[in-house]
Amino acid sequence: MEFKDNQAIYLQIANRFFENILKGKWTSGDKIPSIRDMAVEFEVNPNTTMRTFNYLQDKGIIYNKRGIGYFLADDGLEKTIALKKEQFVEEELPVFFKTMSLLGLSLDDLKAYFSKYSNN
Amino acid sequence: MVELKNVQFRYKKKRVLFDNLTLTLYPGFIYGLLGKNGAGKSSLLKHVAGLLYPNSGECNVFGYKAQTRNPEMLQDIYVVPEEFALPNMSLAAYVKTNAVFYSRFNYEQLNSYLVEFELTDSANLSTLSYGQKKKFLIAIALATNARLLILDEPTNGLDIPSKSQFRKIMASALNEEKIIIISTHQVRDLENLIDNIVVLEHGHIIFNRNMAEISEKVAFEYNLAGIPDDEVLYAEELHGRKAGIVKNLSGHDSRVDLELLFNGIIKDAENIDKHFTNYSYEY
Repeated sequence: MEFKDNQAIYLQIANRFFENILKGKWTSGDKIPSIRDMAVEFEVNPNTTMRTFNYLQDKGIIYNKRGIGYFLADDGLEKTIALKKEQFVEEELPVFFKTMSLLGLSLDDLKAYFSKYSNN
Repeated sequence: MVELKNVQFRYKKKRVLFDNLTLTLYPGFIYGLLGKNGAGKSSLLKHVAGLLYPNSGECNVFGYKAQTRNPEMLQDIYVVPEEFALPNMSLAAYVKTNAVFYSRFNYEQLNSYLVEFELTDSANLSTLSYGQKKKFLIAIALATNARLLILDEPTNGLDIPSKSQFRKIMASALNEEKIIIISTHQVRDLENLIDNIVVLEHGHIIFNRNMAEISEKVAFEYNLAGIPDDEVLYAEELHGRKAGIVKNLSGHDSRVDLELLFNGIIKDAENIDKHFTNYSYEY
């Protein structure tokens, strides 16, 4: 996996988890690959993937069954959507709005682009 | 645990290399030992392996004095040097003669690593390229199940797919018991594998910090324009722009750029380290 420049690796791996959840590759109650399997897949230190798992556990997206492994929480998808929405609104939208105002684009201009996108 | 306490060392008639060097390495971590040529990296590794003796001070490995080279200790250490000479024999014969020294040697593991690295054990060592020999030694190192692995420039000579396989194998090999020390200049190959950065300069350890701590405390910027001077800890020219290390005030963990970090530490370790003091990170 090619890592981006500015975000900590464990968070970039968490984003890959979110993708799997949002695309429905992992669904509620599914056992997810182990900390070590993930470290091997991403070619990173297992202590790094452990931080990813701790982070997702803190967010209530995955849970640990002692000695068995990690599973996707029943409301894992809902929580993922909520978290990604929050990140989108707080981090991506301000940049987007800034570009809009720099280019002099209005909300109505966007609507036209959006309907074009939706029709495709 | 590996413990160097107040190690004093000089090569004959030369100036002092280690003056009161103290360093502790804990199981469960991969240490990246960085330093310019001649900084003392290899000499430090040789102390740990019992190949050089301190003039004063102590070097303890798993509770044994390294210089006594106790067999119990030695079967728990494997060193892959940067340069090596291998005898004219088959891989299998070499393994057979060396495996006996390691009570936890695992042939099954060895075979899986050899498959991964595309090596066949019937081949003769003399027919292998440098990179293939290196991969062979890395495979043996891991198959010994030694708790202390010392790898000096392990990715030198490895082709691109082999570097990726090396990272995968290392990721799967690290466990709570193992201490892995990797000495390297190829920081890009290994930056996501390393837990702790230890920087050696003129025989002194000038920086020793955990990656998680680094990503929380500092950030790496590739365009410093617009960033206030008092937030910049180190700056360098990069493709006509200024790149550098800045205080991480964003509240988000940054991605550590080891090359930039290393350059910053070599230039001004004190200034960067000052930003870390009175701060401890617990795993």
